[in-house]
Amino acid sequence: MLIQVLFHVFAVILLLAALGVISARNPVYSALALVMCFITSAAIWLLIEAEFLAVVLVLVYVGAVMVLFLFVVMMLDINLAELRKGFTRFAWLGWITAAALIVEITGVVWARGGLGGAIDAHRSVVAPLPADYSNTLELGKLLYTRYAYPFELAAVLLLVAIVAAITLTMRRRTGLKQQDISRQVAVRREDRVRLVKMDAEKRP
Amino acid sequence: MITLVQLLILSGALFSIAVAGIFLNRNNVILLLMCVELLLLAANFNFIAFSRYLNDINGQVFVFFILTVAAAESAIGLAILVVLFRERRSINVEDLNTLKG
Repeated sequence: MLIQVLFHVFAVILLLAALGVISARNPVYSALALVMCFITSAAIWLLIEAEFLAVVLVLVYVGAVMVLFLFVVMMLDINLAELRKGFTRFAWLGWITAAALIVEITGVVWARGGLGGAIDAHRSVVAPLPADYSNTLELGKLLYTRYAYPFELAAVLLLVAIVAAITLTMRRRTGLKQQDISRQVAVRREDRVRLVKMDAEKRP
Repeated sequence: MITLVQLLILSGALFSIAVAGIFLNRNNVILLLMCVELLLLAANFNFIAFSRYLNDINGQVFVFFILTVAAAESAIGLAILVVLFRERRSINVEDLNTLKG
Protein backbone atom coordinates (compact mmCIF):
# COMPACT_ATOMS: atom_id res chain seq x y z
CA MET A 1 0.00 0.00 0.00
CA LEU A 2 2.77 2.42 0.99
CA ILE A 3 4.74 1.42 -2.10
CA GLN A 4 1.69 2.11 -4.25
CA VAL A 5 1.26 5.59 -2.75
CA LEU A 6 4.96 6.37 -3.14
CA PHE A 7 4.87 5.18 -6.73
CA HIS A 8 2.00 7.50 -7.57
CA VAL A 9 3.64 10.46 -5.85
CA PHE A 10 6.91 9.91 -7.72
CA ALA A 11 5.10 9.32 -11.00
CA VAL A 12 3.24 12.62 -10.70
CA ILE A 13 6.45 14.47 -9.81
CA LEU A 14 8.21 12.81 -12.75
CA LEU A 15 5.57 13.85 -15.26
CA LEU A 16 5.38 17.41 -13.89
CA ALA A 17 9.16 17.71 -14.07
CA ALA A 18 9.09 16.39 -17.64
CA LEU A 19 6.52 19.05 -18.53
CA GLY A 20 8.81 21.58 -16.87
CA VAL A 21 11.71 20.42 -19.06
CA ILE A 22 9.85 21.04 -22.27
CA SER A 23 8.12 24.30 -21.29
CA ALA A 24 10.62 26.24 -19.16
CA ARG A 25 11.61 29.64 -20.52
CA ASN A 26 15.25 29.33 -19.54
CA PRO A 27 17.40 26.31 -20.51
CA VAL A 28 18.96 26.34 -17.04
CA TYR A 29 15.54 25.64 -15.52
CA SER A 30 15.01 22.91 -18.11
CA ALA A 31 18.25 21.26 -17.06
CA LEU A 32 17.29 21.45 -13.38
CA ALA A 33 13.86 19.95 -14.15
CA LEU A 34 15.63 17.17 -16.02
CA VAL A 35 17.72 16.50 -12.91
CA MET A 36 14.43 16.21 -10.99
CA CYS A 37 13.18 13.73 -13.63
CA PHE A 38 16.24 11.55 -13.20
CA ILE A 39 16.05 11.59 -9.41
CA THR A 40 12.36 10.61 -9.32
CA SER A 41 13.01 7.93 -11.94
CA ALA A 42 15.77 6.54 -9.75
CA ALA A 43 13.31 6.48 -6.84
CA ILE A 44 10.78 4.55 -8.93
CA TRP A 45 13.47 2.11 -10.02
CA LEU A 46 14.30 1.59 -6.36
CA LEU A 47 10.62 0.85 -5.69
CA ILE A 48 10.60 -1.88 -8.34
CA GLU A 49 13.87 -3.25 -6.96
CA ALA A 50 16.35 -2.38 -9.66
CA GLU A 51 18.75 -0.90 -7.12
CA PHE A 52 21.99 -0.90 -9.07
CA LEU A 53 20.56 0.93 -12.05
CA ALA A 54 18.87 3.48 -9.77
CA VAL A 55 22.23 4.30 -8.20
CA VAL A 56 23.94 4.39 -11.61
CA LEU A 57 21.26 6.73 -12.92
CA VAL A 58 21.86 9.21 -10.11
CA LEU A 59 25.66 8.93 -10.27
CA VAL A 60 26.12 8.99 -14.03
CA TYR A 61 23.23 11.18 -15.12
CA VAL A 62 22.75 13.63 -12.29
CA GLY A 63 26.43 13.61 -11.37
CA ALA A 64 28.05 13.74 -14.79
CA VAL A 65 25.80 14.25 -17.80
CA MET A 66 23.55 16.91 -16.30
CA VAL A 67 26.53 18.81 -14.93
CA LEU A 68 27.92 18.79 -18.46
CA PHE A 69 24.60 20.12 -19.76
CA LEU A 70 24.54 22.86 -17.14
CA PHE A 71 28.14 23.83 -17.96
CA VAL A 72 27.35 24.14 -21.64
CA VAL A 73 24.09 26.01 -21.03
CA MET A 74 25.80 28.51 -18.77
CA MET A 75 28.89 28.83 -20.97
CA LEU A 76 27.03 29.75 -24.14
CA ASP A 77 25.64 33.23 -24.42
CA ILE A 78 22.30 32.39 -25.97
CA ASN A 79 19.75 34.85 -27.22
CA LEU A 80 16.62 33.36 -25.66
CA ALA A 81 14.09 35.61 -27.36
CA GLU A 82 15.38 34.51 -30.77
CA LEU A 83 15.08 30.84 -29.83
CA ARG A 84 11.58 31.19 -28.40
CA LYS A 85 10.24 32.84 -31.53
CA GLY A 86 8.63 29.81 -33.13
CA PHE A 87 7.61 28.28 -29.82
CA THR A 88 3.87 28.20 -30.37
CA ARG A 89 3.82 27.77 -34.12
CA PHE A 90 3.96 23.98 -34.12
CA ALA A 91 2.85 23.52 -30.51
CA TRP A 92 -0.59 22.21 -31.53
CA LEU A 93 1.05 19.56 -33.71
CA GLY A 94 3.27 18.52 -30.80
CA TRP A 95 0.38 18.27 -28.38
CA ILE A 96 -1.76 16.33 -30.88
CA THR A 97 1.09 13.88 -31.50
CA ALA A 98 1.66 13.47 -27.77
CA ALA A 99 -2.06 12.97 -27.08
CA ALA A 100 -2.34 10.42 -29.89
CA LEU A 101 0.70 8.54 -28.58
CA ILE A 102 -0.53 8.40 -24.99
CA VAL A 103 -4.05 7.37 -26.06
CA GLU A 104 -2.67 4.61 -28.26
CA ILE A 105 -0.24 3.29 -25.66
CA THR A 106 -2.86 3.36 -22.93
CA GLY A 107 -5.37 1.72 -25.22
CA VAL A 108 -3.04 -1.10 -26.14
CA VAL A 109 -1.74 -1.67 -22.63
CA TRP A 110 -4.78 -1.01 -20.49
CA ALA A 111 -7.87 -1.85 -22.48
CA ARG A 112 -6.66 -5.21 -23.68
CA GLY A 113 -5.44 -6.01 -20.19
CA GLY A 114 -2.54 -7.92 -21.55
CA LEU A 115 0.00 -8.03 -24.31
CA GLY A 116 -1.00 -10.90 -26.50
CA GLY A 117 -2.53 -13.24 -23.96
CA ALA A 118 0.55 -14.80 -22.41
CA ILE A 119 1.34 -11.76 -20.28
CA ASP A 120 -1.10 -10.66 -17.58
CA ALA A 121 -0.24 -6.97 -17.39
CA HIS A 122 -2.25 -6.35 -14.22
CA ARG A 123 0.05 -8.53 -12.14
CA SER A 124 2.60 -6.94 -9.82
CA VAL A 125 6.00 -6.37 -11.44
CA VAL A 126 7.85 -7.14 -8.25
CA ALA A 127 8.08 -10.90 -8.02
CA PRO A 128 9.06 -12.25 -4.60
CA LEU A 129 12.83 -12.64 -4.34
CA PRO A 130 14.90 -14.60 -1.79
CA ALA A 131 16.10 -12.61 1.21
CA ASP A 132 19.79 -12.73 0.27
CA TYR A 133 19.20 -11.66 -3.34
CA SER A 134 21.57 -8.95 -4.53
CA ASN A 135 20.68 -7.07 -7.67
CA THR A 136 24.23 -5.76 -8.08
CA LEU A 137 25.74 -9.22 -7.70
CA GLU A 138 23.43 -10.75 -10.27
CA LEU A 139 24.04 -7.92 -12.72
CA GLY A 140 27.79 -8.18 -12.22
CA LYS A 141 27.75 -11.93 -12.79
CA LEU A 142 25.97 -11.48 -16.09
CA LEU A 143 27.99 -8.45 -17.15
CA TYR A 144 31.36 -10.13 -16.67
CA THR A 145 30.42 -13.49 -18.20
CA ARG A 146 27.86 -13.42 -20.98
CA TYR A 147 28.15 -9.71 -21.74
CA ALA A 148 31.90 -9.36 -21.21
CA TYR A 149 32.59 -8.54 -24.86
CA PRO A 150 29.79 -5.93 -25.20
CA PHE A 151 30.94 -4.49 -21.89
CA GLU A 152 34.43 -3.92 -23.28
CA LEU A 153 32.94 -2.49 -26.46
CA ALA A 154 30.99 -0.03 -24.30
CA ALA A 155 34.22 0.97 -22.58
CA VAL A 156 35.88 1.56 -25.99
CA LEU A 157 32.84 3.57 -27.05
CA LEU A 158 33.24 5.83 -24.03
CA LEU A 159 36.94 6.25 -24.82
CA VAL A 160 36.12 7.20 -28.41
CA ALA A 161 33.53 9.66 -27.11
CA ILE A 162 36.12 11.27 -24.82
CA VAL A 163 38.65 11.59 -27.66
CA ALA A 164 36.00 12.94 -30.05
CA ALA A 165 34.68 15.49 -27.57
CA ILE A 166 38.15 16.75 -26.71
CA THR A 167 39.38 16.98 -30.30
CA LEU A 168 36.19 18.75 -31.34
CA THR A 169 36.37 21.44 -28.70
CA MET A 170 40.15 21.93 -28.54
CA ARG A 171 41.38 24.98 -30.36
CA ARG A 172 44.87 26.28 -30.87
CA ARG A 173 45.04 30.02 -30.41
CA THR A 174 47.60 31.93 -32.44
CA GLY A 175 50.16 34.07 -30.68
CA LEU A 176 50.16 31.98 -27.55
CA LYS A 177 53.55 31.45 -25.85
CA GLN A 178 54.01 27.81 -25.06
CA GLN A 179 56.70 25.17 -24.77
CA ASP A 180 57.46 22.88 -27.68
CA ILE A 181 58.95 19.91 -25.91
CA SER A 182 60.07 18.01 -29.02
CA ARG A 183 62.01 21.02 -30.32
CA GLN A 184 63.58 21.50 -26.90
CA VAL A 185 64.71 17.89 -26.79
CA ALA A 186 65.94 17.81 -30.38
CA VAL A 187 68.18 20.86 -30.03
CA ARG A 188 71.94 20.29 -30.56
CA ARG A 189 74.92 22.08 -29.20
CA GLU A 190 75.86 23.56 -32.60
CA ASP A 191 72.51 25.33 -32.88
CA ARG A 192 72.87 27.23 -29.67
CA VAL A 193 76.53 27.67 -28.64
CA ARG A 194 78.95 29.84 -30.64
CA LEU A 195 82.55 30.18 -29.47
CA VAL A 196 84.08 33.54 -30.29
CA LYS A 197 87.85 34.07 -30.32
CA MET A 198 88.87 37.57 -29.36
CA ASP A 199 91.77 39.38 -27.77
CA ALA A 200 91.77 40.11 -24.08
CA GLU A 201 90.70 43.65 -23.22
CA LYS A 202 93.26 45.96 -21.69
CA ARG A 203 92.40 47.76 -18.45
CA PRO A 204 92.31 51.49 -19.22
CA MET B 1 1.84 -3.32 -5.51
CA ILE B 2 3.03 -1.77 -8.76
CA THR B 3 1.59 -3.42 -11.82
CA LEU B 4 3.15 -3.66 -15.26
CA VAL B 5 0.33 -1.57 -16.71
CA GLN B 6 1.08 1.37 -14.42
CA LEU B 7 4.76 1.34 -15.38
CA LEU B 8 4.04 1.03 -19.09
CA ILE B 9 1.56 3.90 -19.00
CA LEU B 10 3.99 6.04 -17.02
CA SER B 11 6.75 5.42 -19.54
CA GLY B 12 4.33 6.04 -22.40
CA ALA B 13 3.33 9.38 -20.88
CA LEU B 14 6.98 10.31 -20.40
CA PHE B 15 7.74 9.35 -24.00
CA SER B 16 4.88 11.42 -25.40
CA ILE B 17 5.82 14.45 -23.30
CA ALA B 18 9.33 14.20 -24.72
CA VAL B 19 7.97 13.92 -28.28
CA ALA B 20 5.84 17.02 -27.65
CA GLY B 21 8.99 18.74 -26.36
CA ILE B 22 10.79 18.02 -29.63
CA PHE B 23 7.95 19.73 -31.52
CA LEU B 24 7.80 22.67 -29.11
CA ASN B 25 11.51 23.45 -28.85
CA ARG B 26 12.56 22.67 -32.39
CA ASN B 27 14.75 25.79 -32.52
CA ASN B 28 16.91 25.14 -29.48
CA VAL B 29 19.50 22.39 -29.92
CA ILE B 30 20.18 22.08 -26.18
CA LEU B 31 16.53 21.39 -25.43
CA LEU B 32 16.38 18.89 -28.29
CA LEU B 33 19.24 16.98 -26.66
CA MET B 34 17.43 17.07 -23.31
CA CYS B 35 14.26 15.72 -24.93
CA VAL B 36 16.29 12.87 -26.45
CA GLU B 37 17.53 12.06 -22.93
CA LEU B 38 13.91 11.94 -21.77
CA LEU B 39 12.99 9.60 -24.63
CA LEU B 40 15.82 7.25 -23.67
CA LEU B 41 14.71 7.38 -20.03
CA ALA B 42 11.21 6.29 -21.06
CA ALA B 43 12.71 3.40 -23.05
CA ASN B 44 14.76 2.40 -20.01
CA PHE B 45 11.57 2.34 -17.93
CA ASN B 46 10.10 -0.26 -20.26
CA PHE B 47 13.25 -2.38 -20.16
CA ILE B 48 13.33 -2.37 -16.35
CA ALA B 49 9.59 -2.99 -16.03
CA PHE B 50 9.70 -6.06 -18.24
CA SER B 51 12.95 -7.25 -16.70
CA ARG B 52 11.35 -7.20 -13.25
CA TYR B 53 8.07 -8.61 -14.50
CA LEU B 54 9.65 -11.58 -16.26
CA ASN B 55 12.27 -11.95 -13.52
CA ASP B 56 14.97 -11.90 -16.18
CA ILE B 57 17.95 -9.69 -15.40
CA ASN B 58 19.16 -9.51 -19.02
CA GLY B 59 16.88 -6.51 -19.54
CA GLN B 60 18.73 -4.54 -16.89
CA VAL B 61 22.04 -5.20 -18.65
CA PHE B 62 20.53 -3.58 -21.72
CA VAL B 63 19.55 -0.53 -19.65
CA PHE B 64 23.18 -0.36 -18.55
CA PHE B 65 24.35 -0.26 -22.17
CA ILE B 66 21.70 2.28 -23.12
CA LEU B 67 22.92 4.54 -20.33
CA THR B 68 26.49 4.20 -21.62
CA VAL B 69 25.58 5.02 -25.20
CA ALA B 70 23.35 7.92 -24.12
CA ALA B 71 26.16 9.41 -22.05
CA ALA B 72 28.57 9.17 -24.99
CA GLU B 73 25.95 10.64 -27.29
CA SER B 74 25.24 13.65 -25.11
CA ALA B 75 28.98 14.30 -24.60
CA ILE B 76 29.63 14.37 -28.34
CA GLY B 77 26.42 16.30 -28.99
CA LEU B 78 27.38 19.01 -26.53
CA ALA B 79 30.91 19.16 -27.98
CA ILE B 80 29.43 19.69 -31.46
CA LEU B 81 27.14 22.32 -29.94
CA VAL B 82 30.07 24.22 -28.46
CA VAL B 83 31.95 24.17 -31.78
CA LEU B 84 28.78 25.27 -33.56
CA PHE B 85 28.27 28.18 -31.19
CA ARG B 86 31.89 29.24 -31.70
CA GLU B 87 31.40 29.28 -35.47
CA ARG B 88 27.93 30.83 -35.73
CA ARG B 89 27.37 32.60 -32.39
CA SER B 90 23.96 30.91 -32.34
CA ILE B 91 22.44 27.52 -31.61
CA ASN B 92 19.27 28.05 -33.56
CA VAL B 93 18.41 25.08 -35.77
CA GLU B 94 17.18 27.42 -38.51
CA ASP B 95 20.67 28.87 -38.89
CA LEU B 96 22.05 25.45 -39.82
CA ASN B 97 21.40 25.62 -43.53
CA THR B 98 24.88 25.18 -45.02
CA LEU B 99 23.96 21.83 -46.57
CA LYS B 100 20.66 23.09 -47.95
CA GLY B 101 20.54 22.68 -51.73
